[in-house]
Amino acid sequence: MSIGQTFLGLLEATPRHGYDIKRRYDEHFGHSRPVAYGQVYATLSRLLRGGLVEVEAVEPGEGPDRKRYAITEAGVADVAQWLARPEQPEPYLQSVLYTKVVLALLTGREAAELLDVQRAEHLRLMRELTRRKRGGDLAEQLICDHALFHLEADLRWLELTTARLDELAARVRA
Amino acid sequence: MSAPLLVAEGLHRSFGETVALVDAALRIDEGEVVAVLGSSGSGKSTLLHCLAGIVRPDRGRVVFDGRDLVTMSDAQRSALRREQFGFVFQFGQLVPELTCLENVALPLRLARVPRREAEQRAGQWLERLEVTEVADKRPGEVSGGQGQRVAVARALVTRPRVIFADEPTGALDSLNGERVMRLLTEAARDSGAAVVLVTHEARVAAYSDREVVVRDGRTRNLEVAA
Repeated sequence: MSIGQTFLGLLEATPRHGYDIKRRYDEHFGHSRPVAYGQVYATLSRLLRGGLVEVEAVEPGEGPDRKRYAITEAGVADVAQWLARPEQPEPYLQSVLYTKVVLALLTGREAAELLDVQRAEHLRLMRELTRRKRGGDLAEQLICDHALFHLEADLRWLELTTARLDELAARVRA
Repeated sequence: MSAPLLVAEGLHRSFGETVALVDAALRIDEGEVVAVLGSSGSGKSTLLHCLAGIVRPDRGRVVFDGRDLVTMSDAQRSALRREQFGFVFQFGQLVPELTCLENVALPLRLARVPRREAEQRAGQWLERLEVTEVADKRPGEVSGGQGQRVAVARALVTRPRVIFADEPTGALDSLNGERVMRLLTEAARDSGAAVVLVTHEARVAAYSDREVVVRDGRTRNLEVAA
C-alpha cells in the first residue's frame, strides 16, 4: 500500500499534525502493523519536498514545535489519480508451493503428504482469522475476509493439484 | 483421555461396484466441531451417513456413547437419531406445509412434548438463530439463508448431543453462509453439542476445531488442533 497517498487522503478531509495522521492511519489501516513514527515523519518530509503537502501552521508545545500539515492542490490531484488507477492483479505465477510439489515428485517424495500438511497449515490460519472476525468490528471483519478469500483460493489450488498429482508426476518425470 | 463421544473404526462401505469408504476412521469428543473435508465423490457424505446411523457400513464399527450403532436394530437406530442427533442438510429438509415455527417444534411433537411447550421452545430457538420474523411463514416464503437458520433451530431444539451438518451452506451466498455457520457453531457450543460438519468449502471448515480429510474413501487426520 502506498503510505504517502494514504496520508494525503487523510489530509484531504482536514489539516492534521503528524501524531494525528499516525493515529488515524493506525485506526483505519494499521490493524496488525501500525506505522512507525519514523516512517510518518519521513513520509511527510517527502510529501513536503514534492509539493504535495505544506506546513499550514507551527504551534509551540511543551516539546518541539508542532507542525500542522495541509494538502496542496497538487496533493489532491495525486490522490485522485491514485484512487482512479486500478491495482495490478498479482498472478503469483512463481508459486513456492508449485515448486515444492514438482521437486517432491522429481525426488520421489510424497507430494500428497506435502499438500496435506500445507492444507492443515492454511486451515489453522483460516481458523485464527475466523475467530478474529467474530470479535471484530466491520473493518476488522472485512480485512480478515480479504485474507480468508486469498487463503481459500490457495486451498482450491491445493485440492486441484492433489487431484491431478498422478498426471503431473507423469509429466515431470517424463 | 476421556472416552470419545462418537468413534468410528475400520469403516468399509461399497455401493455395488463403487467403493465409498476404505478403512475410514474418526473420533469426536463432546462439544467438538469437526470438519470432514473432501472433494465430490470422496466418500465424505457416506462417512457422515455411517456415523449418524443412516447407512450401515459393510465392515467396521461406529460407537456412540459406548453403544455400537452397527449392531443395533433399525428401530433402535431411529430412536437414537431422533433423541440424540440433529441434522442440517443443504436444502429440502423443512416440511413445506408447516410454518417455520411448526417445523422447529416438529421433533419435540414427535417426542410427545405438548404443543404449547413445543412451540414455546421452538420460538426460543428461532430467536437464538436470529430468525423470529419468519415464525408464521411457510418455508417456501422465506429466503435460503432464513430457511437454513430455521433448519439449524430445528436440529438443535431437542438438545442433541451431535449435530450432523452436510454442506449446510452449499446453497447460500457468502454472507448468508457465514451467518449460518456463526450461529450454528455458537449455538452448538452453547448447548454442548458436538458437530460433524461435511463441507468442501475451506471457509466453512474454518469454523471447526479440527479437520479430517477424506480422499478416495480413506480418512486422513492430521490432528492439527485449533
